[in-house]
Amino acid sequence: MSLPVAPKPAVRRFHQASWDEKIIFELSTPGERGVLVSRPEPGVRSAVGDVVANLPVSLRRKKKAALPEMAQMRVLRHYLRLSQQNLGADLNIDVGQGTCTMKYSPKVNDALIRTTKLVDLHPLQNEADVQGILDLIWRLERMIAEISGMHAVSLHTSGGSTAIWMNISMIRAYHASRGEADQRDEVITTIFSHPSNAATAKAAGYKVITLHPDADGYPDADALRAVIGPRTAAIMITNPEDTGIFNPRVKEWVDLAHSVGALASYDQANANGILGITRAREAGFDVCHFNLHKTFSTPHACGGPGAGASAVSEALEPFLPGPVIVRDGDRFSLNRDRPQSIGKVAPFYGVVPNLVRAYSWIMALGAEGLREVAEIAVLNNNYLMKRVLEIPGATAPYAEGRRRIEQVRYSWEELHADTGITTEQIGVRMSDYGMHYWTSHHPYVVPEPFTLEPTEAYSKDELDEYADALTQVAREARENPEIVRTAPHNQTVHRTHEDTLDDPEKWAITWRAYQRKYFS
Amino acid sequence: MDRVIGLLVNPVAGVGGPAGLKGSDGAAVQAAALARGATARAGERALRALEVIAAEHPGATVLTAAGSMGADAVAAAGLSARVVYTPTSPTSGSSEGIRIEAAGAEATRTETMGAHTGGTETTGTVTARPDTTCTKGMGIDVIGFSATGADTAGADTAEADTDGADAQGAGAARAEATPADSAGAHSVRPKASRVETTGADTTGAAAALVAAGAGLVLFVGGDGTARDVAAALAATQTPSVRDSSAPASPNRVEGHPQHPVPILGVPAGVKMYSGCFAVSPAAAGALAARWISDPTLPLAEREVLDVDEEQIREGRVDPKLYALVNVPFVVGRTQSRKSATAASETAAVGLAARGVIDAMRPGTLYLLGPGGTCREVAAQLGVPNTPLGVDAVQDGQIVKLDASEGELLELLSAHEGEAKAMVTVIGGQGFLLGRGNQQISARVLRALGPDPLRVVATESKITALAGRPLLVDTGDADLDRSLTGYIRVTTGVQSAVVYRVAATS
Repeated sequence: MSLPVAPKPAVRRFHQASWDEKIIFELSTPGERGVLVSRPEPGVRSAVGDVVANLPVSLRRKKKAALPEMAQMRVLRHYLRLSQQNLGADLNIDVGQGTCTMKYSPKVNDALIRTTKLVDLHPLQNEADVQGILDLIWRLERMIAEISGMHAVSLHTSGGSTAIWMNISMIRAYHASRGEADQRDEVITTIFSHPSNAATAKAAGYKVITLHPDADGYPDADALRAVIGPRTAAIMITNPEDTGIFNPRVKEWVDLAHSVGALASYDQANANGILGITRAREAGFDVCHFNLHKTFSTPHACGGPGAGASAVSEALEPFLPGPVIVRDGDRFSLNRDRPQSIGKVAPFYGVVPNLVRAYSWIMALGAEGLREVAEIAVLNNNYLMKRVLEIPGATAPYAEGRRRIEQVRYSWEELHADTGITTEQIGVRMSDYGMHYWTSHHPYVVPEPFTLEPTEAYSKDELDEYADALTQVAREARENPEIVRTAPHNQTVHRTHEDTLDDPEKWAITWRAYQRKYFS
Repeated sequence: MDRVIGLLVNPVAGVGGPAGLKGSDGAAVQAAALARGATARAGERALRALEVIAAEHPGATVLTAAGSMGADAVAAAGLSARVVYTPTSPTSGSSEGIRIEAAGAEATRTETMGAHTGGTETTGTVTARPDTTCTKGMGIDVIGFSATGADTAGADTAEADTDGADAQGAGAARAEATPADSAGAHSVRPKASRVETTGADTTGAAAALVAAGAGLVLFVGGDGTARDVAAALAATQTPSVRDSSAPASPNRVEGHPQHPVPILGVPAGVKMYSGCFAVSPAAAGALAARWISDPTLPLAEREVLDVDEEQIREGRVDPKLYALVNVPFVVGRTQSRKSATAASETAAVGLAARGVIDAMRPGTLYLLGPGGTCREVAAQLGVPNTPLGVDAVQDGQIVKLDASEGELLELLSAHEGEAKAMVTVIGGQGFLLGRGNQQISARVLRALGPDPLRVVATESKITALAGRPLLVDTGDADLDRSLTGYIRVTTGVQSAVVYRVAATS
């Protein structure tokens, strides 16, 4: 090595690891073991008898599970290698997955959930023996109630979309309780609200009416007036929307819903830009939800388990899923006697480790800290927007010249028209610089979209690095489009063929399906 | 194996636009445009698209027509041209001796009467009116070579370049030598020679491209070119499954259509009402490049419309729907998959049709408008359909096929009870009424009553409007006004969007 070390370029010379690792099933060696489990002592054997005989026949395997047989060290190496082939939130400047709020999940909170106090808990333990965790969950409920302004909270759901499902279930139960279930068969949402609102409403049996934005990019209030009425069960909206534009007339929307007897449901999955600034209650909403893994820092965990929090008005409290935690002085108990409850939405009490993480995160910040999170997230976003809009060919459609809240859905429409380079190609090339990049939710309303959300977690230097990489790729699209079209060049695999995901005959989400569809 | 595209350039497309002539149809207009100093930019736009293709597929072979109809641009992009069509040129005809300036050359232009290729029977998904050939005299300079002999078919570009310089009609042209060894380095307008091409050449070339094995026809032009290409494709389609007992109608499709050759427009015209154009030449090139190597690239059905330019010049816009064509269509890719979405536009059309059928009511007479989505409604109902016309349907039965305005009015006066017009979004401009479905006239709509429309369209067709309103233009300002505001568009089962409607007047 020669000294001094050369200064680093603005854009990182990244290269992803490529281990060419086999699938774990292919690494199996018959007879190889990670742990040699001792046979139980004779005394234990005679005390418990034939354990398997007590299992119902329907639960017994007919043949042994086809699990890979491997030594511990081999397992460790396998997963470490795979982890090196990832661009996870702890590795890259993860601002490219806008709407997902990829903020830092403090590691100290992981240490808390590894304590025996939590690890050894069992959900079937007697209430009297688990007062500590009931206390914590109850406190977290009250914090979420305060943050949203709502009356009561449920932490049962294991993710954001299930929380929205829970909300529409409560809305349905509410109308049924008033004898209006048949009359109210429509739910109204907006095209830039999270698509889970439309999806859950449809799954609940509603007709879904989607509103497009007005000329300024705001949800179109005139369109709402044109369609809302006695058939409306609820409006289900996000604010700020996926564009990062906050609807300042949201109270008007809620009032309009109430005027026809409909409820108003607020998707606050990502409340990162409004913590301590606005609350669902003040806008008049009847129900809202948060994703703990977006707003409250718990890990996204590659699709689960997440955790959701639903908060409701007094009128909807009877419909909350059960059981609910009740405090009586210093004691906590579970109330299962709730005749109007929609019932269970998840086993036991939700994803408790994530509840502990979220509780810890909120306690570490306090009320002022939460507001500061929102302020920094908004500041970061508007700084990044300024940098991005300096790139020729990048635009931020709608509400031109206005600031955005916590994220922006940008467009490469101009760059695409000039060069033919698509936003997907830009994204793949960004991975060559060690950066994750995402496009848009369905549907593609914004042409050639990309959605950036810096959260409060990143420094100005890091945002600059991301913007520099984006600037570099956009420049390449004009000056050396070949390198963009043929990207990635520094990645583990060259191209993935996502067509398989469109074809039920080809997709394989289990090893067994893979074997059957490709090798039988 | 990579698939092969066919390229077809209408060399004079767009020439009338900069000159303020509202279009480029017809020899006289083209001459006038050129006299006003206009230059045809179709070749440049073709080159732009081809450069993007060349970057992804270096040296790929492109089936094309001779000279400025494609081969020149293919050569200039460094791709390999296989010429399968050469424009016919009645140079022995009378010359009006119009002197024009283009491509650095002066030439004597020969007025050409457009040939007519009518009478094409239409079956399959590509459907076109039998009179669809948009005959346009293209008095043009053929740039590059204009090989006329049959022996040029299959000749590669370099050879063609060397021997084509003094092709017919080039006597008055200043033929510049083109280096045969520098394909890719020379300009798209290296030299000029004169022949005539016509709308018949566009259809002829398109048919030749398909016959030679082109899987995608990339055309450079405007609505008129699209119309000619569609007509050619309709004529070359394998007939679809047809109910043998039904009378053969020129524009009626029954049964399940074959999968016809898709087309894709490189925008170069003045008028582009049709929905088959990419947003830019580079975008068209990128899509075509992806089509070459991705056999799973989905297709979507889009409309080809064209306006009589004479009418535009007189201040009237009355475009007709000429054809339904397939275009390559890309929705979001893997990273956007955060929610279930129809895997293809075809599936989305099916869901939209399902949704609107769910809401159909017994006893109501539905006037089913033209377009692929309405045809899918008919298919799911199990009734025959006129893809480019209006059919009347009630209780799952056809009442009248391909009805005229007068026939619709008669039906409505005889019908007791509710009646609705079921329409879809026609073309790239977002028209619900007044484009391609003029049979559903102001009088018909008034006869339908205060809530005359049921609108069905895929979400992608709505989002493609980029916020622009849906449009109505019935020619009756009061009626148009009453239709403006917001309308429900059924986009799927249990799904609708509410969207703004505006009047063009």
